Amino acid sequence: MEDIITIVRLLLLISLVVCAIATAFSKRVMTALIIFTSYSIVMAVVWLLLRSPDLAITEAAVGAGVNGVLFFLTLRKLHLIDKDFADDEEGKIDEGVNVNEE
Amino acid sequence: MKNKFSSLLKEWYEGNLSFDDRMNSEPEKVTTIKEESEKKEIRIVKDVENAEQKLTSKGYKFFSVIFCVILAVVLIGTVNFMPLFADNNTPTTNEVYEHYVGEGRDQTGAVNTVAGMILDYRAFDTLGESFVLFTATCAVLLLLEQSKNKPIKKRETFTFSNDPIVCTVVKILTPIIIVFGIYVLFNGHLSPGGGFSGGSVLGAGFILFAMAYGEDNAAKIIKPSIIRVITICSLSFYCLAKSYSFFTGNEFNGIHSIITPGTPGNIVSGGLILPLNIAVGFVVCCTMYSFYMIFKRGRLD
Amino acid sequence: MNLLINYEEVTSMALFAIGFTMLVFSRNIMKKILGLNIVDTGVYLFLASMGYIEGNLTPIVPSTGDVNALEYINPIPQGLVLTGIVVSVSFSALMLALTVRLYKKYRTLNLDKIYEMCRKEDELE
Repeated sequence: MEDIITIVRLLLLISLVVCAIATAFSKRVMTALIIFTSYSIVMAVVWLLLRSPDLAITEAAVGAGVNGVLFFLTLRKLHLIDKDFADDEEGKIDEGVNVNEE
Repeated sequence: MKNKFSSLLKEWYEGNLSFDDRMNSEPEKVTTIKEESEKKEIRIVKDVENAEQKLTSKGYKFFSVIFCVILAVVLIGTVNFMPLFADNNTPTTNEVYEHYVGEGRDQTGAVNTVAGMILDYRAFDTLGESFVLFTATCAVLLLLEQSKNKPIKKRETFTFSNDPIVCTVVKILTPIIIVFGIYVLFNGHLSPGGGFSGGSVLGAGFILFAMAYGEDNAAKIIKPSIIRVITICSLSFYCLAKSYSFFTGNEFNGIHSIITPGTPGNIVSGGLILPLNIAVGFVVCCTMYSFYMIFKRGRLD
Repeated sequence: MNLLINYEEVTSMALFAIGFTMLVFSRNIMKKILGLNIVDTGVYLFLASMGYIEGNLTPIVPSTGDVNALEYINPIPQGLVLTGIVVSVSFSALMLALTVRLYKKYRTLNLDKIYEMCRKEDELE
């Protein structure tokens, strides 16, 4: 039984690191955000295995829910949902965007 | 010099020369030459600057790669000298921990030791934190506020109220989430949860409601004045309650607190922990909901 | 070798390093905020793993009878992390609000370009 729990723990931790690296290397904004949300959910399960259910509830509600919603709303406010990180770094992004705010 | 002057005189005499053109054209030529040389200089300077920037960016990348690798190696190498994981002989398992867990139930009345710790032993920490949340809300409102007279553009207002799947799922889920949040909020001293967890679950539930039914309908139910009143009342109640227990909780001035821990395990027990949990939960809930509304519409309603 | 047993601590350090690398290398502001969040969770994981004791229970004690403190895990790191998670949300919201204002003024999220434009504005003045 303990071996199984150790294996599950290891798998969760490895998936945490993989999710973090995927967030770092993803080129689209949306992809990075969705991977980060899944990272938060994995984190909630890790808190549960560390015997801290308070943290699991908070992380599931805050990290996966509210934080992701705030990032998405910001992207929508800037009309950048379909854009890439790579475009911005090469300087293509500010020509195609036509924002009528202000 | 003499030839030039005589030739000019000849031209003038024959009527081919007007002095105005001559006067106007010559200085212009000089300035254009000067501008060209200046432009060349600027170009050279810019090229040098660009080359320097490329060099510095290359150097920046090189040194930051080295720095990050060194940081990672040092950090992971430090773990080798940390105490064993899940060992009970580590420096963190000391008398503070034994006091909190062993005598916390009888002193504070809370069965959940974490709630008893953050709302009784370390209550001022939590007070500062709820003021951090309040300040963050104020700052975000200052940064993103839009005037009320300006109509909200159609691109900004998108709702899922016409989507049958989202509407049905939210109709089923929202009451469950809100009831779960209230349960977690009110049972913070008996079971896992408390102000922060329950407040964030409640806030997430209200955000889901506002997303599905449209912000106009949500703003009719949860008015900005209600949010303001709840936040201010919760914060000032927290201040007053903790000042009371701060002045009466000691044995030196002879005033004894009327708040007793009660019998642990009952829903009304734990002295101030249940009301403080509710106050913190309301502050967190209002913070999350107003973040959403400000980011979505630029104002609270 | 503690390195081969302390999985949680190694993971938290790796997360810290990954988040810091994102902070240093990415020019996009949104990605920098994501990196800061990853650094946060790495620190929280480290704190919470310090309080875990093998075979012990969650610190929710029975309502009657004596309490043996050595049967429960350490509640102090949990309390610290609980407050930290909620504060991290508020600071990421503040950062995102600042990002929106920066984008409205300079029309880009690239921090290098924003820096260059700021320098040009200074020169014009």
